[in-house]
Amino acid sequence: MAAEQVSTRERGITEPGGGAAGLTRGDLVTDQEVRWCPGCGDYAILAAVQSVLPELGIPRERFVFMSGIGCSSRFPYYMNTYGVHGIHGRAPAIATGIATTRPDLNVWVITGDGDGLSIGGNHLIHALRRNVNLTILLFNNQIYGLTKGQYSPTSERGKVTKSTPFGSLEQPFNPVSLALAAEATFVARTIDVDRKHLPEVLRRAAAHRGASFVEIYQNCNIFNDGAFLALTSKEGRSANRIYLEHGKPIRFGPGGSKGVRATGLAKLEIVDVDEVGEEALLVHDEHRDDPGLAFALSRLSDGPTSPTPLGVFRDVQRPVYGEAMEEQLRDAAARQGPGDLEALLNSGDTWVVD
Amino acid sequence: MTTTAPTQRRTALDRVVIRFAGDSGDGMQLAGDRFTSASALFGNDLATMPDFPAEIRAPAGTIAGVSAFQIHLADFDILTPGDEPNVLVAMNPAALRGHLGDVARGGLLIVNTDAFDERSLDKVGYASNPLEDGSLDGYQVVGVPMTTLTLEAVKETGIGRKDAERSKNMFALGLLSWMYGRPVEPSLRWIERKFATRPAIMQANLLAFKAGHAFGETAELAAFEVPPATLAPGRYRRITGNQALAYGLIAASTQAKLPLFLGSYPITPASDILHELSRHKNFGVRTVQAEDEIAAVGMALGAAFAGHIGVTTTSGPGLDLKSETIGLAGTLELPLVVIDIQRAGPSTGMPTKTEQADLLHAMFGRHGELPVPIVAPYSPSSCFWAALEAVRIAVRFMTPVILLSDAYLANSAEPWRIPSLDKLPDIGVRFASRPNAGDAFLPYLRDEITLARPWAVPGTPGLEHRIGGLEKADGTGNISYDPDNHQHMTLMRHARVRAIAEDIEPLEWRGDDDADVLVLGWGSSYGPIGAAMRRLRQRGYRIAHAHLKHLNPFPRNTGEVLRRFPRVVVPEMNMGQLARLVRAEFLIDTVSITKVAGRPFRASELEERIVEVMDGR
Repeated sequence: MAAEQVSTRERGITEPGGGAAGLTRGDLVTDQEVRWCPGCGDYAILAAVQSVLPELGIPRERFVFMSGIGCSSRFPYYMNTYGVHGIHGRAPAIATGIATTRPDLNVWVITGDGDGLSIGGNHLIHALRRNVNLTILLFNNQIYGLTKGQYSPTSERGKVTKSTPFGSLEQPFNPVSLALAAEATFVARTIDVDRKHLPEVLRRAAAHRGASFVEIYQNCNIFNDGAFLALTSKEGRSANRIYLEHGKPIRFGPGGSKGVRATGLAKLEIVDVDEVGEEALLVHDEHRDDPGLAFALSRLSDGPTSPTPLGVFRDVQRPVYGEAMEEQLRDAAARQGPGDLEALLNSGDTWVVD
Repeated sequence: MTTTAPTQRRTALDRVVIRFAGDSGDGMQLAGDRFTSASALFGNDLATMPDFPAEIRAPAGTIAGVSAFQIHLADFDILTPGDEPNVLVAMNPAALRGHLGDVARGGLLIVNTDAFDERSLDKVGYASNPLEDGSLDGYQVVGVPMTTLTLEAVKETGIGRKDAERSKNMFALGLLSWMYGRPVEPSLRWIERKFATRPAIMQANLLAFKAGHAFGETAELAAFEVPPATLAPGRYRRITGNQALAYGLIAASTQAKLPLFLGSYPITPASDILHELSRHKNFGVRTVQAEDEIAAVGMALGAAFAGHIGVTTTSGPGLDLKSETIGLAGTLELPLVVIDIQRAGPSTGMPTKTEQADLLHAMFGRHGELPVPIVAPYSPSSCFWAALEAVRIAVRFMTPVILLSDAYLANSAEPWRIPSLDKLPDIGVRFASRPNAGDAFLPYLRDEITLARPWAVPGTPGLEHRIGGLEKADGTGNISYDPDNHQHMTLMRHARVRAIAEDIEPLEWRGDDDADVLVLGWGSSYGPIGAAMRRLRQRGYRIAHAHLKHLNPFPRNTGEVLRRFPRVVVPEMNMGQLARLVRAEFLIDTVSITKVAGRPFRASELEERIVEVMDGR
């Protein structure tokens, strides 16, 4: 007997496209009361995701939102799609199981700096390395919110919190650097309060085939208010946001007066454009195979306290994990013939007792 | 050369236990394995047990580096790999020193005399050569210069000395094949297949095998015959526990008409399941070697949510790490199969040795109240059925299931009558396809009989829903901190597992109707208990045996069976875990017989310890 390969598709589940038209933001809102603190940056991100999804042309039933534990991880409860609120740190692993078995789904992972970089750091880097088809949004507020205010792996050195009354002794992670080093094929950064840039980046991340990693600077107004003030204050906004645009010289600051110049091997510096001329500036290339320059860009600032790049650092193509696996299954079936249980059980040396 | 010695010159035996022992690099597992296949083809009943060091290459010539393989073959149905070897093949002094203590008195020692030089003797602490100093007087010693004879035999191939010397395991195999009248042609063909890509090595191995065989004949060594066993008619193959688990999972996927997904992290002694399943991608089997044990079970759970048969395989240390995800699966109420090949000891313990000490962990090893069904195979081939049963329970009751095998079952082989496919259980799965409460879909609306919630997979329009590890309201699945709801859901999760008792076969027992003692076992102690039972009944003891294949919930008639007998004795390879459960559940004062030595019970020791109980000593 040949093994019957009945995919979920053959079980009466529609192909993509059916019902996608007409999906509205309202269709994505659940009947659950949103329970983030008033003023939390998470609201803006939720709104942005709900506004971007209908543009993707994907029917609602094909979206899956997967999360771990933490404030950000409540996200799936507020999305009227398929969703799983998992356990601390493990969302990328569970989502890998979903995306690997079902390349037809559009799977999002919602995580935070504690969930994704501390307890779940291992799963995050391996999901990126494998290039699993996931859109991973890491809400970075540089603090533990749900457990009420301990330092996180992205908190700055010296951070005074309940668990570090004398200041943190730890060097923080730079999430973008980490993702690039983990062989991620799509790496971007944006900020919760930027109503234009945030959805743009989400759109790009969703369109990418394979693992997309988006760090979102997100303000926790209760335990770490103003962590991103250098980028969000009126002066900071124009002085310190470096918007990366593919194929363009990297300029920022009032009137584009500042720029980024390469000075040596993977070493960048901030310069006055008037002094060096635009032709001396680094032209941003998201598609460079070598991640070295993207990495150097991620090191331009120590943290969100000085001029900091936002946008897509890297966007390259590599085989997508679940698709490559499907291909292997197809190849195996073509080479060995479809699975035959009877033949399998009777394989090797057999003998008959009369 | 197809002849074996004429039967009339052979001494007939009803059974024999042979142990091959040599350095890790001597190829003892391979020789033993092939001897097993030849014996299976010959028609004996058999049971095997490999015993190898955890180190890949422990220092050569040391006792720690000895790798051994034991086979018990007989003309009747046997239950264990045998207590004491009657025959020890010792390829070096370390093998002799390390294993002589197990050999039956008067047993046959077949020794590679070439390896008994001063340095090798010294390395394992022999002050004098045991082959010459009379210390082996109680045994029959057959000294054979295997290395010299092998080198001589393969000279014509022109291969290097190292490769030539490595063929001496085939010399030993040839020699034993002659002594026990094993068929020769299948082994020659097997060597040809195995070394097909390396003609010179193939030639050397063929020559070494033939030389060993011829040596036995010309040196007129004692020749034996173990006639074929009378087994139930059918087509047979040999199978190990881990192989049977892999096949059982594939069969379950076929029966459920759902693809199989395995998330696994390499760990001894479970890795072979990952290896085996990875070979069968043409069945649509997806395997991922995860970054760690937690990821492995997480991926399996994700696959289950997405509508596949999600499985993870591991051993004790991995089960520790998976606990939290098993708890999540239990509260998400998704089907998940967790296979634990138990090994000896806490922490890293003794990874290649066996034990049954994870029972209470499987039973209770989670925070909060979360019962998990437990299934346990009892022989290598029963692993096939246990895998099917674990998947069946998981998808029917929407629950994680833990399957407890152990290192002994995993690596041991026995003949297996290949089942016909129409004997496989029905594992029908029906995904939810439409709203179940008017226009709404309630993810926790339950089936009245199984109490299972619907399995609604992503991609199904109209059934979008959210599930999570926070306590949820029954029905809607929405987050709920309501005290009454938590009480209700906790009871529900218990009731759901208890409901399984109505769905599994009752506990069977066999033996004397008026037995004084019921021996209650679980898992791999089945063989030793069965063998001990036979001996005890021959000695006139009235005794019965029941073996649990489900440990949570217990079969519904378990209490009734236990109370039928005046005393209940529970042998297990732990500190009395099942005995404790039985006492707690049924208020029966069981007698616990325990062993934690990294090795299975011997039938003889179990026999004696049960006698002690029965005679009131």
